[in-house]
Amino acid sequence: MSEKKRETPLLDELEKGPWPSFVKELKKEAARPMVQDLLGQLERSYEEKVGHWKHGGLVGVMGYGGGVIGRYSDLGEEFPACAEFHTMRINQPAGWFYTSTALRTIADIWDRHGSGVTNMHGSTGDIILLGTKTQELEPTFAELTEHGFDLGGSGSDMRTPSACVGPARCEWACYDTLGAVYDFTMQFQDELHRPAFPYKYKLKFAGCPNDCVASVARSDMSFIGTWRDEIQVDQEQVKAYAASGAIDVQKDVCDRCPTRCMSWDGKTLAIDDVNCVKCMHCINAMPRALAPGNDRGAAILIGAKAPIVGGALLSSVFVPFIKMEPPYEEIKELIGRIWDIWSEHGKNRERVGEFIQRIGLGNFLEQIGLDPVPEMIVAPRANPYIFYQDDVFAQPGEEA
Amino acid sequence: MSSAPRKTDIGPPHFEQFLPPVIKKNYGKWKGHEIIKPGVMVHVAASGDKLFTVRAATPRLLSIATLRLFADLADKYSGGHLRFTSRNNVEFLLSDPANVDPLIAELAREGYGVGGIGPAISNIVHTQGWVHCHSAASDASGVVKSVMDELYPYFAGTRTLPGKLRVAFACCLNMCGAVHCSDIAILGVHTHPPKINDKDVPKMCEIPSVVASCPTGAVRPATVDGASSVEVIQEQCMYCGNCFTVCPAMKMADAERDGISIWVGGKVSNARSEPKFSKLAVPFLPNNPPRWPEVVAAVSNLVTVYAAHARKFERMGEWIERIGWPQFFKLTGIPFTKYHIDDFRHAGETFRRSTHVRQSKEAET
Ligand code: SF4
Ligand code: SF4
Ligand code: SF4
Ligand code: SF4
Repeated sequence: MSEKKRETPLLDELEKGPWPSFVKELKKEAARPMVQDLLGQLERSYEEKVGHWKHGGLVGVMGYGGGVIGRYSDLGEEFPACAEFHTMRINQPAGWFYTSTALRTIADIWDRHGSGVTNMHGSTGDIILLGTKTQELEPTFAELTEHGFDLGGSGSDMRTPSACVGPARCEWACYDTLGAVYDFTMQFQDELHRPAFPYKYKLKFAGCPNDCVASVARSDMSFIGTWRDEIQVDQEQVKAYAASGAIDVQKDVCDRCPTRCMSWDGKTLAIDDVNCVKCMHCINAMPRALAPGNDRGAAILIGAKAPIVGGALLSSVFVPFIKMEPPYEEIKELIGRIWDIWSEHGKNRERVGEFIQRIGLGNFLEQIGLDPVPEMIVAPRANPYIFYQDDVFAQPGEEA
Repeated sequence: MSSAPRKTDIGPPHFEQFLPPVIKKNYGKWKGHEIIKPGVMVHVAASGDKLFTVRAATPRLLSIATLRLFADLADKYSGGHLRFTSRNNVEFLLSDPANVDPLIAELAREGYGVGGIGPAISNIVHTQGWVHCHSAASDASGVVKSVMDELYPYFAGTRTLPGKLRVAFACCLNMCGAVHCSDIAILGVHTHPPKINDKDVPKMCEIPSVVASCPTGAVRPATVDGASSVEVIQEQCMYCGNCFTVCPAMKMADAERDGISIWVGGKVSNARSEPKFSKLAVPFLPNNPPRWPEVVAAVSNLVTVYAAHARKFERMGEWIERIGWPQFFKLTGIPFTKYHIDDFRHAGETFRRSTHVRQSKEAET
């Protein structure tokens, strides 16, 4: 084992400045040879301007196919203490809530078995325990489960679902994002831990169209809270905003409404709710005066992804509105049907959004058994290359 | 080994056990919130109960020493309750407003400043970089630290912005993190095809899966010195690193040719305008550790120009759409190049097919 203290003049530069320093964090654990060597290797990357990690290798815990990312240094001889530096992904508590006791539990386990370095949290939402050796994986896992924690996803599985803070603290939550994310995570433990899909599948739960978990950009299935009835307006509070001068109700609110469905005569704010697209702008601007309606649920969108492999996609409307109430049977069945079809026909490393683009949304809906509705599109097709099928001859109302 | 049965598939701990009493009591019954000062907000429930949130910056990469520090601070000031945000900030959840200022003071002493609420710059969502990932074209933590040191006044609330400004960083085209829909996205890029180690390919890689991994079909099976390997059609490669992910013998990292690109105007929120992708602003800046001055200057310029010109609530992308891209390039002084014009699939969607142009003398060539 190398016990050498590594010199890190370049990294030391990053201890300066007002923003909290990751180098200081690493140095807090620098008594560990693993972190000492990590600092050494990182300094080398800063000198050479290239990374020194090798991908992969099959590492994991017994019976699980995901949750551990194998990582090896390509400078293992020089930095032996971090030659093996695997990551464990731990399924975070919904909304990333902790007690001091829970946080210390994680710290203590990682003190005993790993580098003492974490990410709170990874991009998908997991607690990331950064850096340990293969032989420590099982003992870490045993201690984690002993304390009520379990691994998250990786590879071609359902990735760890995540949710915004929702009703725990946000007045705009249109459904119980935390309850939902917990329920779906528990329902699909097998899909989370044992990769069997063409590629990853992410679920994200946002309580309203502000989408604080970036579900529209990052999840194969986005559950975005919304409502069907009228925005709740407290006219007195609207007047108070106007009087305070903090908000120009006409200019900052009405004129910025995307459908121009609001009007303000200096006394009363009128909303033509039929034409409101539930964008949240007016509510964000005057939170004391306005609130989402009472008939609340979520829109389900499908197919977002980052560029790899076939290009980035935002998710698109799949179910314009659904009530989000436990036990969420209808939604779970829908997810099951999607997974069946995608697993059977999807290509290796093809996300569901790419799969839908390849086979066509119309065909996909037919396979899933969902009716096409105009809310799914911005506009009907403009190109006349239509692949007609016999059902086009059916009369309205008649079975094809 | 203990004799207890091995536990599996227990899932995450139920969140409810971690919620502070004031949240349990008022779950789903919050009436509204207010930003009291930078980094501090109060939520008021229908019952009249109040919850004070203090949001502090973290570098995302946290030592367990710091986790223990946060736990101690939570015990001292917030009944042991805290959470993290989707942008890697830490939030202490207080019932007693008298604890707000002492907590802020202690956080500041330890180096974790508060801020990032409302029309401010919050933490930069980012990735692993040279600390832990194999395909990184740049470090993540170092760039983020350098940029946030510069933008710190916008986090701490000593400088304000017209609207929210979300910055994200990813160190390769995999884009862990919602980089592609951020107001400002900083993206590590390779600019050269993989270097193939023909000796290692047959040992380390499955050739059919390498061939299949390439989005543009640039990888072909080849025989090199009588052994099977692969070749890359250079002009078909856009350096995404997909092949390297499945085949470690196709190295992407290149000290001189790896660097950073900057993208602007994306958003995920539905407020006012629809969610949108970030678009290319700066095609390439060099990797210049430890402080990446070129990247810091470019981001700082974008923030300054946006802050000076956007209207209240307007996000970067909304502002650019209002004034038009030609004006954006003029105001920011960023040169417009051939790289800004899409030439991949569906490229034509971004061509202007109208005469809706804000004509100006300078636009003449
Ligand atoms: S997505 Fe909406 S409900 Fe969820 S935290 Fe953000 S604003 Fe609140
Ligand atoms: S939510 Fe959006 S669309 Fe609806 S009234 Fe308010 S600003 Fe207009
Ligand atoms: S963005 Fe790319 S290099 Fe960075 S952590 Fe993700 S996969 Fe690795
Ligand atoms: S880097 Fe991407 S485009 Fe280039 S050969 Fe590899 S997979 Fe193909």
